[in-house]
Amino acid sequence: MGGISVSSPQIRRRNLTWLYFLLPSIVILLLFFIYPILLTFFYSFTNLALTGEAAKELKFVGLDNYTRMFQDPTVRISIWNTLVFLIGSAVIGQQVLGFLIALLMKHKNKTFRRVIGTVVLAGWVTPEIVCALCLYSFFGDEGTLNAIISFFGISPVTWLFTVPMLTVILANIWHGTAFSMLVFQAALDDVPSEIEEAAVVDGASRLQILFRITIPYIRETITTNAMLVTLQTLGVFGLIYAMTGGGPGTKTTTLPIFMYNQAFVNYQLGYGTAISLLLLLLGIVLSLFYIRSSKK
Amino acid sequence: MNTKQRKLIYRILPYVILSLIGICFLLPLLWVLVASVDPNAMQSLKMPKQLTAGNYIDVLTSRENQRAFAIGLLMSLGQAVIVVLLALLAAYPLSRYQLKFKKPFMLTILFMTSLPITAVMVPVYQLFLTLKLYDNVAGVVLFYVASSMPYGIWMIKNFMDSVPEDLEEAAWVDGASVFTGIRKIVAPLMVPGICTVAIFTFSGSWGNFFVPYILLQSPENFPASLKLYQFFGQYGMVDYGRLAAFSVLYAIPSIVLYILSQRFMSKGFSMQGGTKG
Repeated sequence: MGGISVSSPQIRRRNLTWLYFLLPSIVILLLFFIYPILLTFFYSFTNLALTGEAAKELKFVGLDNYTRMFQDPTVRISIWNTLVFLIGSAVIGQQVLGFLIALLMKHKNKTFRRVIGTVVLAGWVTPEIVCALCLYSFFGDEGTLNAIISFFGISPVTWLFTVPMLTVILANIWHGTAFSMLVFQAALDDVPSEIEEAAVVDGASRLQILFRITIPYIRETITTNAMLVTLQTLGVFGLIYAMTGGGPGTKTTTLPIFMYNQAFVNYQLGYGTAISLLLLLLGIVLSLFYIRSSKK
Repeated sequence: MNTKQRKLIYRILPYVILSLIGICFLLPLLWVLVASVDPNAMQSLKMPKQLTAGNYIDVLTSRENQRAFAIGLLMSLGQAVIVVLLALLAAYPLSRYQLKFKKPFMLTILFMTSLPITAVMVPVYQLFLTLKLYDNVAGVVLFYVASSMPYGIWMIKNFMDSVPEDLEEAAWVDGASVFTGIRKIVAPLMVPGICTVAIFTFSGSWGNFFVPYILLQSPENFPASLKLYQFFGQYGMVDYGRLAAFSVLYAIPSIVLYILSQRFMSKGFSMQGGTKG
């Protein structure tokens, strides 16, 4: 011992070393993360616009954007579409399908598991624009799906036009299921096999075991996963935008698409921000639930 | 006999269901792979009459595409490096010191990791106009850094917690500064964790479409994701072969990195070997 440079951590804790270490991150987070969130609240009460009179002079318009929002029928449609998209692709699609795959894969042939697992994972690893392209061509008028059904003598369907919401939901399921599959595989591996075996001895059926033992045992994983997947899906933009552009009409216009259209197509940034605030609040509520459920 | 048949069905049924699911997942993917080597690719999956590398050569030899890939790589690499460095710094006091605000800070960080970035893009756009960062590749990198900072800090802090403190103390005794301690002792023991964070941030921005779509304007600044979208819109309906080849090339880094990350994950996070003597 002897150098002056040797100082115990206790001494260092008293000075401000920690501040220098944290400062760069805090500055970046404040400027590009927290500040924009605060701006969202601020701008949503203004007439901020990209062109026209309002572009020159920023004015407070009070709750105008909000009253407009609640009267705008497209907002109602977008909220509805967002809910359908969330429930269809995240809660039911990815969760249930991911769980089903994980459950069925248990104790199966190793090579078989690896093949199926890789195929499902491929959709997850693929960037969203590529996913959009793959599924766009799959559901296209002259796409693979129509080729398959016409092989069976069914006349082709304009999927992207007739059932656009279904196609984007399926695309998001294709893109996201692997995450839930991985989560549930890990959770199912943790269910002690003795409990299930004991139930079999007592004469319980497969379904009874599933609903009375397995699912209650991993309930917390289900909640946390549901929250994460929903939050992920809430922000989905590129996938829908590249596949249908929110159309035809407003049939696949979810809140992110509507926000984009208002802010950057109609140049109504203030109104667009009011819509993003709606999205943000939804996200905040879900995040709080997520933290609460993962703290246990 | 009846129960035997039922048992057989129960044994086979999962394989049938899983195979069907597998086929549904495979078909769209198969199309992009096959179309990329088919000189006459169509919208539907079909056996190519002949194979060609022409689509790939066309995509790769285009100056514009090379530029888009280079910009994409630059942005994602830049982001990954900055996030890892800043997160290492930020995580150190959070992991080693007793700070009063540590718990609320970490909870805020966790909260931020789960917020949808989509929701703040309109104000970020406005902010970028004010800061003169609009249509600036470095600006996009900065925003990427901020958006993945919470995740980076959260993960690196947890990895750092598992590096034993005694090793560093030994280095301090030998005259090393805190900084050297991190660089020479803590960071090398966290290589799997650092790689995991780097890979996830890299893939996140490499695959991102919305952020550059909002924050960039000139086509010469477009990263690969935007170029692909532009391609899709301009010639997509005609030129499926090249579009597919571009998609495959663009997806390769994400796939390779995912496989790499699995290797780091499977090596495990246990660092018990660190302090044995």
